[in-house]
Amino acid sequence: MAKGFDIRRQTGFATVAMACFVILYLPIVLLVVYSFNAGTSVAIWEGFSWRWYQTAWQNEQVQAATIRSLVIASWATVIATSCAVLAALATTRQGTFRGYTFVFAMINQPLMVPEIVTAVALLIFFAMIKVATGYTGLFYLIIAHSAFCIPFAYMPIRARLQGMDLSLEQAAMDLYGTPWRVFRRVTLPQLWPGILAGAMLAFVISLDDVVITEFVKSAGQDTLPTYMLGQLRRVVTPEVNAISTALLAISVVLVIAFFFLSRNKK
Amino acid sequence: MIEINEVSKIFTGRGAPFTALDNVSVTIRENEFFTLLGPSGCGKTTLLRVIAGFIDPTKGTVTLDGQDLVSLPPYKRPVNTVFQSYALFPHMTVAQNIAFGLEMLDKPRAEVKKTVDEMLALVRMTEMADRKTSEISGGQQQRVALARALAPRPKVLLLDEPLSALDFKLRKDMQLELKRLQSETGITFVFVTHDQEEALTMSDRIAVMNAGKIRQIGGPRDIYDHPAERFVADFIGDTNFLDVELLSIAGEQATVRLPSGAEAQVRAPGEGVAPGPVTLAVRPEHASLSGGAGAVLPGTLANVVYFGTDTHYHVDLDGGGRFVLRQQNQPDQAQTRTVGDRVEVTLAPGVGQVLRD
Repeated sequence: MAKGFDIRRQTGFATVAMACFVILYLPIVLLVVYSFNAGTSVAIWEGFSWRWYQTAWQNEQVQAATIRSLVIASWATVIATSCAVLAALATTRQGTFRGYTFVFAMINQPLMVPEIVTAVALLIFFAMIKVATGYTGLFYLIIAHSAFCIPFAYMPIRARLQGMDLSLEQAAMDLYGTPWRVFRRVTLPQLWPGILAGAMLAFVISLDDVVITEFVKSAGQDTLPTYMLGQLRRVVTPEVNAISTALLAISVVLVIAFFFLSRNKK
Repeated sequence: MIEINEVSKIFTGRGAPFTALDNVSVTIRENEFFTLLGPSGCGKTTLLRVIAGFIDPTKGTVTLDGQDLVSLPPYKRPVNTVFQSYALFPHMTVAQNIAFGLEMLDKPRAEVKKTVDEMLALVRMTEMADRKTSEISGGQQQRVALARALAPRPKVLLLDEPLSALDFKLRKDMQLELKRLQSETGITFVFVTHDQEEALTMSDRIAVMNAGKIRQIGGPRDIYDHPAERFVADFIGDTNFLDVELLSIAGEQATVRLPSGAEAQVRAPGEGVAPGPVTLAVRPEHASLSGGAGAVLPGTLANVVYFGTDTHYHVDLDGGGRFVLRQQNQPDQAQTRTVGDRVEVTLAPGVGQVLRD
C-alpha cells in the first residue's frame, strides 16, 4: 500500500458512507417517528401523540408476551452464559487437546447452521418429547433459546480469557490456590466484563428471536417478536412501531450501560 | 535442599521436538543463593518452572528435603515464585496481594494481618499498603511481588529474572536488597538471570547453563577465574583466547607452551584435558604490561582506549592474534604508552586457565 494512503480521502468516500448511514438508519428513524403518529396509519403523519404507547401498554396480549419474552430471555441468558463460561475455560485453559477444533466448531454450530434447520429439528424433537411427557410449558423455549445463545455469550468471554495474563493464575496457584479458589479469587474478578458482555449479547439475541421461537412455541406462547409478526399479518397500526421503539430503547440502554461498565473496569 | 536428578524436558509441538533440559542434575543447598545463569533459551527458566510445578519434566526427579515434588501440583509445593512480569493481582491492593498466599493456606485472620505488616516493613512498603498495584512504580511492584512470595515462608523462593524490567540504578539497589532479604529470612533463593554481573554480585553459587545443559557449577570466583570451558569463559566477562600446547598437567596445575614459545604455569580443570593443542583463557585484567615474573608474549600496541576506571590496551601479538589487557587507572597517571610501541604481555605464574574444549 502506498505511503499516506487514507481511505477517507478517496473520491466518493463521503458519498458512499452517507448512503450507508441513510440506508441503515433512515428506516429506524421513520419507525420511531411514526410510533408517535396520532392517526392509525404507519405512513401518513397526522400529528404527535402518545396514544400507541398507551394502547400497547394497556394491551393484555402485549403485556403477556413481554413478560414471557423477559422470562425466556432471562433464563436463557443465565443458562447460556454459564455454559459459555465453562466452554470458554475448557477451550482456553486446558492447553490444546485432541479434537479441540471439533469442540470449537460444535460450540459455534448455531452460528453456522441455518436457523430454519435448527428450528425444524427442535420442532420435531420437542414434539416427540411433548407426546411422551405431556408437558407443554415454557421450558422448551428456554432450552431452545439457551442453545442458540451459547455462541454469542461464548465469544466475548473467550476473548477476555485469552487476553488475560496467564501468569496471574499461575501466581495464584503458586501461592497455594487450589484450582477452584484460583478461579474464584483471580480469574472470575477479571472475567466479569467478558461475562457481562456475553450475557447482554445473549439477552438481546434471545429477546429478538423470531424463527426458532415461531417453530418451537406452543399455542398461547407468543413472545413479543412473534406477537408483532402475528399482528402485522392482520392490520398494521403504529402500535407495532411503539413496541419496536420500546425494544430499541431497551437495547440502546443496555449497550450504553455495558459501554460504561467496561470502561470503568479498565 | 533441592535435589534435581537427571531431569529432561522435551517440548513436542507442531515442529521438531525441542530439548529444553538435557539430563540436568544439580543439588541446591539449604539457605543458599543459587543462580541459574545462561543466555535466553538455555533452559534456565524451564528448570525453574519444573521446580515450581508449571512444567512437568519428561523424565527425572525433583525432591525437596527428600520429598518428591514432581507428583505434587504447584499449589501443594512449599516453594513460591517471583515472576518476571511480577504478576500482581490488579484487582487487589498491595496488602491484599501479600495476604493472598496466607489466605489460601487458611491462616487465622490475626496471623495474616501480622505477617502482612511484617512483610510490608521488610520491603519498606508500609505506607503503600492500601494502594492499587497499578498506582505504584515498577520498583515498588517488584518489592510487593517479593513480599507476596515471601509471606507464606516458603522453603525455597524462585526468582525468574525479577530485575530485568528495572532501570540500571534501581537494579543495583534491588540486588543488594535481595541479598539482604535472603540473609534476613534464611530462605533458599533460586535466581534465574542472563546477566552475568548480577549473578556474580549476588550468588553463593552459580550454575552456568547452555543448550539445556549445566556447563559448570561453582562460586562466583570459581566461575570467573577458572571457567572450565570456552562457553563459560566467553559468556562471563571478557576473555582472551590463546591457542597453546599443553605440555604437562598435574591436578589443577599445568604447563603450556605459548604461541611465543615461552612456557607458562597455568591452571587447568582437574579432568577432561590431555596434553596436546588446547585453548587458554586469560582475563584482560589478569595479564600485565609492566613486566615481572612470568611468561612473555611480545607484540605491538595497536590501540589504547580510556574507560574512566580503567584503560584497555589492544596488543597485536607477534605471530598473529590480538590480546586485550585492562589496567586500573590511578589519579594523575601519565599516559606512558602510545600506539606502535613494542610491548610485552606478561602472564604471571597461575594466570590463565586451560579450557576443556
